[in-house]
Amino acid sequence: MRTPPRAAGAGGVVLGALAFWLALPPLAERSVAVPLVVGALAVAVGIWTISQHEARLGSGAVVAGVSGALLGVLATHAGTGNLEGVVVWSALVAAMLRFATPLTFAAIGGMFSERSGVVNIALEGMMLTGAFFGIWGADRTGSWLAGLLIAMAAGAIFGLVHAVFAIHLRADQIVGGTAINFLALGLTGFLFVDVYGSNGTPDLRSSQQIPDVTISNGNDFLSGAFGQLNLMIWVSFALLVLSYVVMFRTPVGLRIRAVGEHPLAADTVGISVYATRYAAVVLSGVLAAMGGAYLSIGFVHSFNENMTAGRGFIALAALIFGKWRPFGAFGAALLFGFSSALAQRLGGVTDWSSYAVLFQALPYVLTLIAVAGVIGRSIPPAAVGRPYEKQ
Amino acid sequence: MEEPGSGAEHGPPSVAARLAFYERAGGVVTPLLTGAIAFAIGGIAVLATGHNPIRTYRAIFDGTGLNWLFPWVTGASRSLAASNLQQTLLLTTPLILTGIAVAFAFRCGLFNIGGQGQYIVGAITGVWVGSSLPALPGVLHVLLAVVLASLAGALWGGIAGLLKATVGAHEVITTIMLNWVAYWVGSYLFGLGGPLQSSTQTSVPVSNDVVDSAKLPVFWGDPVLQGLHVGFFVALGALVVFWIVLNRTTVGYEVRAVGYNPEAARYGGIGVRKSYFLAMAVSGLFAGLAGAIDILGWEFHITVDDVQASTIGFIGIAVALLGRNTAVGTFFAALLFGALVSGTSTRHLDATVFRPELARNLTLLIQGLIVLFVGAPVLVVYARRGWRKLVEAIP
Repeated sequence: MRTPPRAAGAGGVVLGALAFWLALPPLAERSVAVPLVVGALAVAVGIWTISQHEARLGSGAVVAGVSGALLGVLATHAGTGNLEGVVVWSALVAAMLRFATPLTFAAIGGMFSERSGVVNIALEGMMLTGAFFGIWGADRTGSWLAGLLIAMAAGAIFGLVHAVFAIHLRADQIVGGTAINFLALGLTGFLFVDVYGSNGTPDLRSSQQIPDVTISNGNDFLSGAFGQLNLMIWVSFALLVLSYVVMFRTPVGLRIRAVGEHPLAADTVGISVYATRYAAVVLSGVLAAMGGAYLSIGFVHSFNENMTAGRGFIALAALIFGKWRPFGAFGAALLFGFSSALAQRLGGVTDWSSYAVLFQALPYVLTLIAVAGVIGRSIPPAAVGRPYEKQ
Repeated sequence: MEEPGSGAEHGPPSVAARLAFYERAGGVVTPLLTGAIAFAIGGIAVLATGHNPIRTYRAIFDGTGLNWLFPWVTGASRSLAASNLQQTLLLTTPLILTGIAVAFAFRCGLFNIGGQGQYIVGAITGVWVGSSLPALPGVLHVLLAVVLASLAGALWGGIAGLLKATVGAHEVITTIMLNWVAYWVGSYLFGLGGPLQSSTQTSVPVSNDVVDSAKLPVFWGDPVLQGLHVGFFVALGALVVFWIVLNRTTVGYEVRAVGYNPEAARYGGIGVRKSYFLAMAVSGLFAGLAGAIDILGWEFHITVDDVQASTIGFIGIAVALLGRNTAVGTFFAALLFGALVSGTSTRHLDATVFRPELARNLTLLIQGLIVLFVGAPVLVVYARRGWRKLVEAIP
């Protein structure tokens, strides 16, 4: 066991975050030296960790130290009033969860598909489909639950189309996914214009909105952050645990992973490669559509053409960043959600609104760094993207 | 050379053998058939909204200006057709370039989804160079803007190529990420308070205008009303360059060899990593050029909305797939999609026949269907087989 270097590396990452945190409210340290010293400490710990052959955690600590120090120094230069306006931790956490939830649903959906060996870059289109059919269903039936179910069914149909083309017709899975993204954009836009026209979607009654779960109305941090979250956010937490258990602790998950790593071997021991892949891809459509339905009837309460605006691709990024694991993907979704939440709050401050836009690029840059192998390589399932031909 | 599908004496040819035969038979069967099916399904969607699909397609066709090619169209409708056709070709021009951007990478076995980002980076560089340095002579200014924009595109594509060559990061993932980085960087640069935001219109998220001397000359139509600029010939020239580089140079040979089989290419002494990098950089070069030509040719400035709503690079994927990654195919596919986009625009489509907002989405639908079907070439084999059975069943 190489416990000491690993612990040191993890500590280095925490130190890096601390360098930034110290400069933010409530402590709001004003001296430039504090984030610099703490950040340097994180870098030093990281370098030592690398020298102990724990390159992954070590470089993570170095990256965290450098970025923590930089952000911390920036924060010490900002006005205290502005800082306190932006950094309200309970509101930031609640906003982070709101932004992260659609990503979590789609990323976990993508995990099932990709773990079974089918690339799914169509998450964006499936999410958009869910967003439209969720609000359409809620509008037509008057019930958010029916809307959600209709969204899931629509997502399942798109998942099925992707599955047929990827599995039976052995089409290039990326080409198929691109096609589905185009199709979903065209179909939802076409229906939206045809059904709702220039008036947009109607105002939703409370029975047509996915409800918030009120636990507490207090003013403390926990009530502010978790007291009034949407039902779907709690569902995403449950899904997270469930998907972890299914994927890594049950025979079903073992089969999915076997099919994605070595389909021939799985076939030889009697696992149906086709059936497993079909189920996984359809499930990914259902989950991505749930994320979309949360967006339209749980969060924004309206629909617009192309309203997902790349969230499906961020979900894909979260999946890769999280190394095709549920909690990894969730962590990445939280990180990306946090950067969106921070960008939203920074946008409210006039001097900073133009920089807030740049923050939106952060998830993508981080993912580029992750796939470049700086913070440990992300290695996809071995058979991902390759059609399987039964012998 | 023997066709692999012709071994009739060994029993009925397999699906794969038939497929190989169709692919070699000029490769036009699949694109034509899938195009027809996609338009037919699109027609059903039009019918579902209570409109006449034939009248709608006719109105879209008239909106494209392609009726200019018919000698019997005369008088006022001829000059309208000419102006519509100029718009169609204005859109065809960047689509040819983003199409070959995707096609070139495909030939190396790489899927460049990043045409959009490379196009935006090119447009940003083009508008930046084109709107600064007003004292530079026109020709030099245009050249400088075009070259720098192409290089910016090459850099954007090259990052993905480099990551593929060095650490094996999948180009699909990296190019998707780079698209969004370009999207947000563009939104930052031209947004309110951004470093490249207009110095005269401080409350509008728009860039400065390209100076007059750096604009591309218009050779057909009215320069004030967006006539067709010489960038069209640049795109045609790029098609020729694309063909020559791929088919008549060592680099192109190596790129294609890697595309067919990287392991065999490596065994044959070809630098596979070098080819990956080169293919992505050349891809980005073409897409960056497209961005510069659009800016210098007819847009002259760029807004945050332009950065966020542009889909030229994405349509390039459909262009390359439909054009089967060949020079000639790319030209016709670019013309088709350019015509579709311009024929369904608010400016050209007769709104009394079909609402342009609907038609715009119809275009996306048809694009999606074409990409879906072209991506599954075995469909053609199955379709023919089904057709045969149907014919045989009828005595």
